[in-house]
Amino acid sequence: MRRLNLGYFIKEGFSSIFSHGLMSFAAVCMIVACLIIMGSFSLLAVNVDEMLSQLEEENEFLAYIDEDYTDDQIRALMEQVRQIDNVDPNGVTFISREQAKRDYLKGHESDGLYVNMPDEVLRDRLSIHVKDLERFTETVEQVKALPGVANYRAENKVAEGFVSVRNAVTALAMILVGILAAVSLFIIANTIRLATFARREEIAIMKMCGATDGFVRWPFIVEGLILGVMGATVAFFLQWGVYTAVCGALTEGGATTLFTLMDFKLMWKRVLAVFVLSGSVIGGLGSGFAIRKFLQV
Amino acid sequence: MIRLIDVHKEYDNGTKALKGINLRIEDGEFVFLVGPSGSGKSTIIKLLTAEITASQGRVIVNGYNLNNIRRWQIPHMRRTLGIIFQDFRLIEKKTVQGNLEFAMRTVGASGREMRKRIPYVLDLVGLDDKADAYPNEMSGGEQQRVAIARALVNNPRMIIADEPTGNLDPKRSLEIMTLLERINAMGTTMLVVTHERDLVNRFSKRVVAIKDGELIRDGQGGYYRA
Repeated sequence: MRRLNLGYFIKEGFSSIFSHGLMSFAAVCMIVACLIIMGSFSLLAVNVDEMLSQLEEENEFLAYIDEDYTDDQIRALMEQVRQIDNVDPNGVTFISREQAKRDYLKGHESDGLYVNMPDEVLRDRLSIHVKDLERFTETVEQVKALPGVANYRAENKVAEGFVSVRNAVTALAMILVGILAAVSLFIIANTIRLATFARREEIAIMKMCGATDGFVRWPFIVEGLILGVMGATVAFFLQWGVYTAVCGALTEGGATTLFTLMDFKLMWKRVLAVFVLSGSVIGGLGSGFAIRKFLQV
Repeated sequence: MIRLIDVHKEYDNGTKALKGINLRIEDGEFVFLVGPSGSGKSTIIKLLTAEITASQGRVIVNGYNLNNIRRWQIPHMRRTLGIIFQDFRLIEKKTVQGNLEFAMRTVGASGREMRKRIPYVLDLVGLDDKADAYPNEMSGGEQQRVAIARALVNNPRMIIADEPTGNLDPKRSLEIMTLLERINAMGTTMLVVTHERDLVNRFSKRVVAIKDGELIRDGQGGYYRA
């Protein structure tokens, strides 16, 4: 693109936004609406993902150690466990049978049934954190196979449940955002096509004068990009407002005692970047599609 | 230079618009293409501007073989042509100067080239004092002069005028045709499509007549009856 043309394309892009003000306004409104719907759903997915991540943090399993193992053997076993690639090396903790008993009796101190409970009832154990929950069962099997591990206790079903929920939420979010993006693109393309229809004569003149397709197309793409960025900016601030209002309502209703919502201030840069990028792509591509038909001269 | 060799055109709906047209127009010629409505004149213009392709036969315009021209070559071919329409097709929201700049911009002309060429062309068509006027402030004859200036501004080898006087009164029509004759005298090939018999007979030029898609006359000057 020659420098002269770049300046011309930008100037034409801006001037045509103002000369077709109503259509530009309609296109911006469509972009705002589409981005807010997509953004709201994405933020919901991000929050669900965050909640699942928090729950995952607490996920661990126990490996009971052979009663005949000495302290040195236990240390060696811990090292072996740490070597397993899905085990968090800092997440392997030794719990002695005395500690295990104390933990077990918490809340039951006054219960006569446990008063003279001998220390030998419980075994020494390792508490093990996994890195990737999807490989939970596989990791449990690896630990179980180590010599010195007498038994284990792992909530495989819970771990699998987390993985299923996360995968389902991610897949649903991707499908819905994909569908919404396609619908947005279609709506924007049609809105811009209406604006372009009024200028088909202008395009025909350009083509008859010897303009290349690129020369005709670029001002429309620039126009689409500008509309996209304008729509994204408006949508960002509206999204901020809506998100804050929803969070406020949930907090007042006491729902946040069950889960924590992410603070918008912590993710505004990411949201703005995604909105501007999506708006630009939707606007630019929409214009590109819209103009295609009118280039057949 | 234009060459049509045994050109046939059949549209998708089965209409046979051209039936074996042979025509050769040399550089520098002035040719009237005449014929009644539906005779195939517009089809010839569309073939020459690469809006459509021939069903059969060869079409060559200024060295471009339009039978197998690539899509990216079409703009370059069109830059060798200046096209004038009956309804002027000016951009209403742009001034005369703006309309000419628009045409020059499409072929990548620089600002310096525009500043040099536009006043020259406006002077040639007699509109040097109308650069800042908008089309709707001008008469039909003046608007057609702007359209001629726009066709000329990129210095084409040939001008194709499709019914350039169709919307003008006889006096303005004569003025426009005289202007086209003057441009032709400066070396630009001129193909004028018209059905105005009096105008054609007034200028002693080559006349190509078609009827029902067939060429029925090709001769220099002489009396033509529609």
